[in-house]
Order: sequence, then C-alpha cells, then structure tokens
Amino acid sequence: MVLEVIVALPLAGWLINGLAGGRLPRGVVGAIGCGTVGAACAASVIAAGDPAVAGGGLTATLFTWFTAGEFTVSAGLLMDRLSALMALVVTGVGFLIHVYSIGYMADDPAYARYFAYLNLFVASMLLLVLGGNLLVLFVGWELVGLCSYLLIGFWFDRERAANSGRKAFIVNRIGDAGFLLGILLLATTAGSLQFDRLAAAAGGMAPGLLTAATLLLFAGATGKSAQLPLYVWLPDAMEGPTPVSALIHAATMVTAGVYMIARLHPLFLHAGFTLSVVAAVGAATAFFAATVALVEWDLKRVLAYSTISQLGYMFLAMGVVMMPAGMFHLTTHAFFKALLFLAAGSVMHAVGGVVDMRRLGGLAGPMRWTAAGFAVGGLALAGVPPFAGFFSKDLILEGAFEWAQRGGAMLVWIAGLATAFVTAVYVTRAMILTFAGPAAHPGRPHGAPAVMGLPMAVLAALSFGGGLLGARVAGEPLLRYLGPFFVDSATGVLKDRLVPAGVITALPVAVSLAGILAGFALYRNRREVTLGALGRFLSQQWYIETLYDAVIVTPAKRLAHLLADVVETRGIDGAVNGVGALVGRAGLAVRGLQTGFVRNYAAAILAGTILMLGYWLLR
Amino acid sequence: MSVPLEAYLALSALLFVLGTTGVLLRRNALVVFMSIELMLNAVNLTFVAFARQRLAIEGQLAVFFVVVVAAVEVVVGLAILIAIFRTRDTVDIDDVHLLRG
Repeated sequence: MVLEVIVALPLAGWLINGLAGGRLPRGVVGAIGCGTVGAACAASVIAAGDPAVAGGGLTATLFTWFTAGEFTVSAGLLMDRLSALMALVVTGVGFLIHVYSIGYMADDPAYARYFAYLNLFVASMLLLVLGGNLLVLFVGWELVGLCSYLLIGFWFDRERAANSGRKAFIVNRIGDAGFLLGILLLATTAGSLQFDRLAAAAGGMAPGLLTAATLLLFAGATGKSAQLPLYVWLPDAMEGPTPVSALIHAATMVTAGVYMIARLHPLFLHAGFTLSVVAAVGAATAFFAATVALVEWDLKRVLAYSTISQLGYMFLAMGVVMMPAGMFHLTTHAFFKALLFLAAGSVMHAVGGVVDMRRLGGLAGPMRWTAAGFAVGGLALAGVPPFAGFFSKDLILEGAFEWAQRGGAMLVWIAGLATAFVTAVYVTRAMILTFAGPAAHPGRPHGAPAVMGLPMAVLAALSFGGGLLGARVAGEPLLRYLGPFFVDSATGVLKDRLVPAGVITALPVAVSLAGILAGFALYRNRREVTLGALGRFLSQQWYIETLYDAVIVTPAKRLAHLLADVVETRGIDGAVNGVGALVGRAGLAVRGLQTGFVRNYAAAILAGTILMLGYWLLR
Repeated sequence: MSVPLEAYLALSALLFVLGTTGVLLRRNALVVFMSIELMLNAVNLTFVAFARQRLAIEGQLAVFFVVVVAAVEVVVGLAILIAIFRTRDTVDIDDVHLLRG
C-alpha cells in the first residue's frame, strides 16, 4: 500500500497544480508542490524501514497489465534495497530542490505549470525506480524523458530553449529505440520481464543473445545518461530553469541508466563483453567531458559537462563490477552536483541571469554563503577528503585498478585518474572565475533568500558528510546495505569485491590536490587561459558535434529536401496528377461520339445489331 | 388456304425496316415516334405469327406486354414532346441536342 502512496502523492500534486494551479495563490501552489514530494519522501522512509525491503523486497501489484499466452506483464511495484536507496535520493534531493524552486521561480508567470511538471517528474522517476518489471521501468523511463523535454523547453518562447528540448527528446529517442529492442529481446528469450525472473533466467540464456540484449539496453542508458556517443543533448539542456538542471539533469533522471544496469546486474554480469564496453564508454566519457568542461565559459554548461563526466565514473564502476561503489557515487553525486547547480542558480538569480563566467566574478563577498556552498560542492566534486565525492570516486578508482590487475585494460584506470586531475582543475577554474577577483558585474548582487539558502545548506551538509555512508572509518553502512542485493542474485563475484583493499588510495587524492593547485596556478587573478590549439579543439567538444552535423544532420536534411522537392512533388504528385490528366485527355478524345442527336445513337445501335447478327450468322 | 409464315415474316421485316428508316431519317419528333410504334408492331406481328405456327401461347402473351409498354411509352414520350414544344416552339429533333459532349 505504501508503495502506491509514494508514487501517487507527487502524481496528485501534478493533477492539482496542473488543473487548478492557475487559479490558486502562489503560496498554495508551492506548498502543494513541495508538500507532496516531502510526503512522498516520508512515505519512502517508512517503506524503506519495512523488514521486507531488506529481505526479498516489498512488492505491490496494482493490476495485470496484459497477458499474451504464457507471457504476462503486471503493473507492479517493487522496493528492495536498491530501489529504496533510489527512492530516498529522488524524494529527498527532489524535496530540497522543490523548496529551492519556491524562491528561484518566485517571479515566473508560469509558476503553477512549473510545479506541475516538477511533480510529474518526481512521480515518473519514482515509477522508474520502483517499477517491478522492465516494462513498468520503461514507462517511467519514457515519462521522465517527457518531463525532461517539457522542463528544458519550459521557457518555450525562447527559441534556444524550445530547440534544446526537442534535441534532448530526439537524441533520447535514438537510445530508447535500442532500449526497447533490448526489452523485446529479453521478453522473447527469457519469457518474462519480472526482475527476479530475468535474474533467474540470465544464466541459461545464450551468450550471444545476452550480449546483444545488454548492449541494446546500454544503448538506452547512453541516451538517458548522456554518455558517448549520445551525450550531445545534456549541455543544451541547461536552457531549462536551473533547479530543473539540478534535479533532472544532475541528480536523478540522468542516473537512470546507472540504476538500470544495477537493477539488471545479473544479466550484465553474464555478459562480459558488455561490461567491458560499459567500462570503456564510461572511462572515455568521463575523460572527454572533463576536458570540455575545462574550456567552457558558461557556468551551467561547465556543470553539465561535469555531470556527464561523473556519470562516466558511475558507468565505469558498473563496468568494472564495482556496482555498490557506483550506486554510492550516484548518491554522493546527487548531493554535491545538486548543491553546485543550486549555488549556480543562486548566482544567476542574484545577477540577473548571467551565466557567462567572463562576466561574473567578485561574488565571494556579497554572496558568501552561496560561495561557501559552491566551494563545498566543488571540493566534493574534486574528490578532496573528507568531502563526500572523495570516498565514492576513490572506491571506483580502486575498483578500476583491481579490474586492470585481473586482466582488464589499465587504460580505464588511467583515464579515471586523469579525469580526477582535470576535474579538480576545471572546478577550481569555475570557482575562481565566478567568485574571486574584482566584481565584474554591475549592480548589487544579493545573497539567496532563506527558502533557497536552506536547501543548499542541507545539501552542503550532505556533500560534506555524505561520504560517511561509504567511508571505511564509519563501517561503510551504504555499501553493506547494498551488498546483499548485489551478492544474492549474482554469481558471487561481488562478495570479495565489496570492500576492495586500499591499494592506492593516496594517488587519487594527490592527483586531485595537484589539480586544484594547477587550477590556482593557471587561473590566478581570473586570467583567461586559452590553451592554444588544444583549447580550440576542446571548445569544439572534440569536433564530435561537428562530426554529427557533417555525417548525420546534413545528409538527413539533404535527404529530406530530396524527398520533399523531387520525390514528393515530381514522383508522387506527378503520378496522381498524371492519372487525372490521362483520364481527362481520353475523355476529350471520345467526347466527339456524344453528338446529342438521337438518330446518331439509333444508327449506332443499328450498326451494332447488324454486326452482332452478322457475326452470329457467319460464325 | 392459310397464309404461310414467310409472308407474315416478310411483312414484318418490311414494316421494321420502314420504321427504322423513319427513326433514322425523319426530323419531326412525332413522326419518329410513329416510326418507333411501327417497329414495335412489326415485332408484334412476328410474335403472333410464330405463336400461331408453333401453337404456343407465350408469343401472344409477349405481344400483350409489348402493347402495354408501348402505351406507357407513348404517354411519357408525348408528355416530353409537349414540354419541348412549349419551351422551344418546335419538335424538330435536330434542334434538340443539348446532350452533346
């Protein structure tokens, strides 16, 4: 019962705000928006406390969705250890960001629409993480995509925002096509889409089929979680309101791909090749996006590339079978990246929407609390102990190193380490350019109001202390909690790997500190470092979008023009008009027979009769 | 002595050709009408002749049908003719060719 309530609460908020929000006072709209998510958070806490969650999982079946012969899909919900964590992250961080939005969106005319969409998003995300089978997960998966589209294009009267929303939707469609194919492949081979049944069937499936299915599912994850090669939509998604970027495009929705792999880990564990691909894509994306963040001037886009990079870490963790660490990083990342986005949002709110870091600066004085929050988030992102990001990133890098020692590619670990360095550099750069130096912005920036400050304070506390969830000194409560989920159904590989021996913990820390120092050295006094040809290469995102334009977009447009101007007008229209003209001309040719004189017709009848009689006689 | 069948058929053919010629060549709609009646009755004559020769009643039956239909046709046809005459002051069928293609 409690599971239905968790999903239904934000859904109710969506209905109320969506249908009647325009006629309600703003205070009520905000209270409904935040209250429903807060209540969902409370319900999640209650549900997570249920002993069944730690056991086989708390389930709820709403109804049988459809049955086709042996194949049955029910609309069911499931909360086990993994989805309990996800539900808590989604509702907890979601609640904080809802509260922040009350202040951030206070002056927006479409206040009710904003909260309606945001509530719908939370409901969809909860459906995604609480879905009891792959098809319910897919419904949530598509619904969060819809909400993402709606909220990126929230200010749809701006052309860039509208285009970005469409881009996000279309790029996600590409990945989702693969995802759907993967689901269908699993449905036909495993005969069921229930997670427990899939896990049981994983061992007996043909390796080729399993590899194909998991690769297709991973294609969906690259779209939703903005990995190479489908990352292109996430930087543009920053056109949406900043709390949306924090909630959807940093903390929750984009982690859906990671969650999906964790959820289906029995399948992925049996597909070694897919795991290698996941690790490689994750490592490549982590490094690539971090380098692009190094030269980006738009504060929000820096954070967007940073998110892509950190998601790469999570996939790296999944690929090297450090899944609990990946989920741990997902959690800490949700804290510190939401904090960074909210701090960036406070900056934008204070200076009137400026995000270009060249036009910012000197904000540490007037906005000292926001600056402090950004610094906490930045240190966590850079992986400096004892901030939260250190513990999770460190675990992942250790896992990558061990993986390399067991025969994996060392390059993955090296890429992870290099990413840690670049991450420290770009976060230092963003910090210096935004907050240090003389005030670059005219006018009087003001600190964030309390309704925005409090959520940031909570997130800052979580970014600082969240590492205790997985810190060795604290007994790694989160990893121990998740452990049974990954061990029970898996092959047992994970049992020893749950707490990797601290091989080279010092190295990532040293790299991070070196990165911060390098950042200070490079960008002291807010210098504009161009990095020469390398900088140009990076600021073009390694020419990946240029490549897509040349290889896909331009030929597609040409093809469309060809179809519209030649095939359509001359081919199809030509055929239709040609048939009409032919009939018309034939009519003109024979109209002379119709003289209007009765005697002509009579003569024709006579002639016909004679001919017929003659034929009959001579036959 | 009885009149042979061939004589009836010859008369019938003569009447039919007369009627056909009238339909094809005359311009006055009333005369065309009368020519059609002539063709109908030529056919009636063959019906009756064959019925008598073969001692079958069906031929005579058919004649009654033809007579009835001819009467009906005359009613309709004359009504049309009068309508045409009222609007155009003529019954010359060469002037009535509105249905030309």
